[in-house]
Amino acid sequence: MALIETADLYKIYELGDTVHALDGVSVTIEQGEFVAIMGPSGSGKSTFMNVLGCLDQPTKGQYMLDGTDVSSLNRDELASIRNAKIGFVFQGFNLLPRTSALENVELPMLYNSVSVSERRGRAMEALMTLGLEGREHHNPSQLSGGQQQRVAIARALVNKAPLILADEPTGNLDTKTSIEIMELLVRLNRESHITIVLVTHEPDIATYSRRTIRFLDGRVVGDERKEPVEEKAP
Amino acid sequence: MVGLWVMKGKSLWKKRRRSRVKNMINIPSTLKISLRALRVNKMRSALTMLGIIIGVGAVIAMLAVGTGASERISQQIASIGSNLIIILPGSTTSGGLRMGMGSQPTLTKDDADAIQKECSAVQDVAPVLNGAAQIVYGNQNWSTGVYGTTPSMLNIRDWPLASGRPFTDQDVKSATKVCLLGQTVVENLFGSIDPIGQVVRIKKVPFTVIGILDKKGQSPQGQDQDDTVYIPVTTAQKKIFGTTFPGMVRTIMVKAKSTEDLDTAEKQITELLRQRHRIGPKKENDFTVRNLTQIMQVAEQSTKVMTLLLGAIASVSLLVGGIGIMNIMLVSVTERTREIGIRMAVGAKTWDIRLQFIIEALTLSLIGGVAGIIAGISGSQIISAFAGWSTIVSVLSIFLAFGFSGLVGIFFGFYPAYKASLLNPIDALRYE
Repeated sequence: MALIETADLYKIYELGDTVHALDGVSVTIEQGEFVAIMGPSGSGKSTFMNVLGCLDQPTKGQYMLDGTDVSSLNRDELASIRNAKIGFVFQGFNLLPRTSALENVELPMLYNSVSVSERRGRAMEALMTLGLEGREHHNPSQLSGGQQQRVAIARALVNKAPLILADEPTGNLDTKTSIEIMELLVRLNRESHITIVLVTHEPDIATYSRRTIRFLDGRVVGDERKEPVEEKAP
Repeated sequence: MVGLWVMKGKSLWKKRRRSRVKNMINIPSTLKISLRALRVNKMRSALTMLGIIIGVGAVIAMLAVGTGASERISQQIASIGSNLIIILPGSTTSGGLRMGMGSQPTLTKDDADAIQKECSAVQDVAPVLNGAAQIVYGNQNWSTGVYGTTPSMLNIRDWPLASGRPFTDQDVKSATKVCLLGQTVVENLFGSIDPIGQVVRIKKVPFTVIGILDKKGQSPQGQDQDDTVYIPVTTAQKKIFGTTFPGMVRTIMVKAKSTEDLDTAEKQITELLRQRHRIGPKKENDFTVRNLTQIMQVAEQSTKVMTLLLGAIASVSLLVGGIGIMNIMLVSVTERTREIGIRMAVGAKTWDIRLQFIIEALTLSLIGGVAGIIAGISGSQIISAFAGWSTIVSVLSIFLAFGFSGLVGIFFGFYPAYKASLLNPIDALRYE
């Protein structure tokens, strides 16, 4: 069974004239894939990501996530789905300010019934996996961009979600850190079989993926699979 | 697990309820989040609390002033005696000029005895013939109110003796020269000497002191009730004040059997005195019957109304404090739009967000409430110290103010929390 299966998704805005942000998108993504989504701004890739992330509902069409028809759920049910199945990584990191790395990673577990002690243990484990030991009590303002993004990835992993949605995860980072973060995502994809869907407009970043979906004017205009670059020269 | 999400109808509702119960478990963490948010803006939180502190403090202080006043009135009512009726003689008219109440001496000791004998609703009766007189002991002298009365007077006024013995009906019958002194008189004439058995002179007539009255304090009108001397009514008539006609008294004090009997007693007394004074059916009474206790109770009632009014005015400031909380919470929601978006993205549900902000408002108002209680208690003590009013902070008013501030927090916190929970997560995440 596919992890993500969209059938004929439409997202239509009535702003004076009708805008088709999504115009019949049908995409299937299997468990364990690493997909890059590319396209110019206004091509509908962000709208598509919002729908995939259960942050937005399509106007028409069906979206099956891990066997669940997500298109008909209400706000709170969508929140539960996001909590259990999706980890978000944003361009601007989106960590809570004045809150320690550890507590930022614990955040998703505040909204399901994980006990306090297990919460702490799992958050620590996730931080360790991402090489952030010793930084758990630092606030985001005391961390570098790369470290902040790794805290955000730890947050995305902590509920053991099968899907990570990354929206321009390297957009605010320098080249060296970008490579580190991308290699981290590749490792997670290979070792833990986490499905990663990544939005980027940088072709370099897209080369880490094994499949690239191209958007234009709300439609899928390209879907190519390839072997990813194994090792990239710095 | 997956099947749960597609369930509809009743079972869906059940599931939603379960998920809300699940949220309740997270209250400690939510409380922690709220406290952190309040700590970040210390000054702002403190100023917001100040509104509640002033409101709660004012409510408590005002209620304390009111409760103190009505408590004092109740004490004074108890001090003049309960279920009291006072009978005053009527007024005279001479040459078209109406004299004041009591100018026509019409009451006698026999009237008093008759009331005692014939009115079933009456418990005790005491005739009173009083006046001011100089009282001398050794080289000390003091002007005071001298009351000629009978032993039942002490029952009527609920006035026990501090020491010695009361005078008896026998003393009244034989017009003995004995007296009971009030505390103020004792202080001014005797100092540290024990007055019992000593001889004082009232209008140059020697009297033996046989008893001392207990301390009673101020009357509702502010008079010192302890500045008094009691002597047998017959002695007052024959030896001190004299009478225009035999047996004349100034007033008659009556104690009814119970509060319910007050009206009956009033009717019985009026009927009996009209008969005894031979007043024709269409003529006016030559005496007045007054229900003292009722008058006092009206005063007490009006103090209670005043207390409520003061409390109501003070609670307006609590309301204003609540609006201050709402204002700050709205600002806070706007400032933290992105935080709300992040929380929603990682799975916060409607009630998670609402509870977070409601608990934040509640924390503000309850901390303000506790500080306000302290402010109110110290405020009422300052009022007592400087204005000299007696204030009583009742436990009820503390609970009331605390509960009310909690309600204010929930009420004024709800709208900002509601607003926060309705944010669109996508817009909230993009908010700068």
